[in-house]
Amino acid sequence: MAINTNIEETSPELERLKKLYADKGFVVTSINNLINWARTGSLHWMTFGLACCAVEMMHVGTPRYDVERFGAAPRASPRHADVLIVAGTLTNKMAAALRKAYDQMPEPRYVISMGSCANGGGYYHYSYSVVRGCDRIIPVDVYVPGCPPTAEGLLYGLLQLQKKIRREGNIKR
Amino acid sequence: MSEQIEMAKAAIEKNCKLNDIDVNLGQLQLSVDPANLILVIDFVKNDPSCEFKQITDIAGVDFPENEKRFEVIYHFLSFRFNLRLRVKTQISEVESLPSITSIFPAANWFEREAFDMYGITFTDHPDLRRILTDYGFEGYPLRKDFPLTGNVEIRYDEIDKKIVHEPVKLQQDFRNFDIQSPWEGTKYLDKEAKESE
Repeated sequence: MAINTNIEETSPELERLKKLYADKGFVVTSINNLINWARTGSLHWMTFGLACCAVEMMHVGTPRYDVERFGAAPRASPRHADVLIVAGTLTNKMAAALRKAYDQMPEPRYVISMGSCANGGGYYHYSYSVVRGCDRIIPVDVYVPGCPPTAEGLLYGLLQLQKKIRREGNIKR
Repeated sequence: MSEQIEMAKAAIEKNCKLNDIDVNLGQLQLSVDPANLILVIDFVKNDPSCEFKQITDIAGVDFPENEKRFEVIYHFLSFRFNLRLRVKTQISEVESLPSITSIFPAANWFEREAFDMYGITFTDHPDLRRILTDYGFEGYPLRKDFPLTGNVEIRYDEIDKKIVHEPVKLQQDFRNFDIQSPWEGTKYLDKEAKESE
């Protein structure tokens, strides 16, 4: 089967850009749009896997869900990361480490709280050793519900975060 | 396998001071006094008809109504004879057990866990401190008189820029749902219906 490499169908927006570029040799945009494009297009996420949610978070990075097509690559160090995904039960003993990791991230930084446990303690809400929601320790941008959320759920959460960044539309965070 | 169990049982009965010995579901079960614990465990590890060379776990149980409040259960495995063994012993809140780390180095962390969860102390333990709970944690969470939600909760203080400990303040109290039989309905609802009639 021959694959059609000649892609004719494009959006009107892209047609306009192509025309502009062909005409003048450059395109013009606002600095806010440019920065938002850069920010949403390279949301490197810091893995903070704490429990079973971490497995779903791994799935998001693998070819099946392939979060890297949205420019989001896993980072092992908070100093390289833009978004922190809290995946799993946050215990009292771990809370200081989470805060430390968050404090090391460069601005602008975002946090996705993944799963019931990170959102509000979940199954362990009444436990003596669990933080009742990771938003008691760090500010959270997007909450992904589920126990654990599916990989698609987390992917959708990431897209919601991109939307949120775009909506903010300013450089200052 | 039953032959091996009988041999091991006979050897232990002959050589150890026991309160009780029993075979339950194909597994040996001993009850000993804390004073004889070290001798018994040393014997079952090294005796050629036992060879319980591996310690599987040390479990604690809290019986607040008993005079000797805590029961400590040592689980062993003999891979030479494919046998399992439980050694039970009881102590009160103020007593302490001899540490078996000199015989089984692997018991080190098990004993630390028992200390962490129940406050059971072990004499001659090389490093008896908490293992699982938070730094500076107070209380023994698996004791029956420990409240489920504990005594402190934490949050990050934006002004002090550090994590602070505060007394627990629940947004909603713990609810004990009676879900024994969803199709017959719960007992307390029946009671309430009768009272309203």
